Amino acid sequence: MTMAREITREDVRRLLDEGAYLVEVLPADEYEREHIAGAVSIPLARLGREASRLPRDRAIVVYCYDYQ
Amino acid sequence: MDWFASGGRREGREASRPRAGDVARADVPTCRLDERRADLAARVRAAGWSQCVVVDDDRVVLGLLEGEALDGGAATAADAMREGPTTIRPHVTLDDTVKSLAAHRREQVLVTTSDGRLVGLLRRADAERRLSTAA
Repeated sequence: MTMAREITREDVRRLLDEGAYLVEVLPADEYEREHIAGAVSIPLARLGREASRLPRDRAIVVYCYDYQ
Repeated sequence: MDWFASGGRREGREASRPRAGDVARADVPTCRLDERRADLAARVRAAGWSQCVVVDDDRVVLGLLEGEALDGGAATAADAMREGPTTIRPHVTLDDTVKSLAAHRREQVLVTTSDGRLVGLLRRADAERRLSTAA
């Protein structure tokens, strides 16, 4: 297992092109309002419980707020 | 990671709301710091504009030339420009953009990516027109 690390926008684009699994950890209503195309919603409070359903065979990109 | 500001695709209930980047005029004239002000003024006016954005080689905004500064006596764009013009990011909704421009009594604003690269010049009238047609 590889430890989490912070990555750049360009890294995200590359990883998504390679099939990475994209997870937004904001509350569900934030996700419903707007999210990065292709992301799935796992609110942070549920992330621990649902970690077992995350894929093991590809990179996982986790993000919260987009805005600077 | 500033995804939306860089043009990344979005989904969701509000994903289709018009944004600043949708109406920013990408054809606003640009120039370099060392361009001769007189030549520049002639070029900008000939293109039907009264503003010119001063950018570097990466299109990062350095300043803005408009009005009297464009037609004044300065030798170069660097001498005449106003440094640090106000900018907004392309993902800001048009609703919020118009409210902000109205609150500050401004008719236009530059739209840039989060790393300062020019997207275009947004005119309040364009934004209001777009909102009225979207309503």
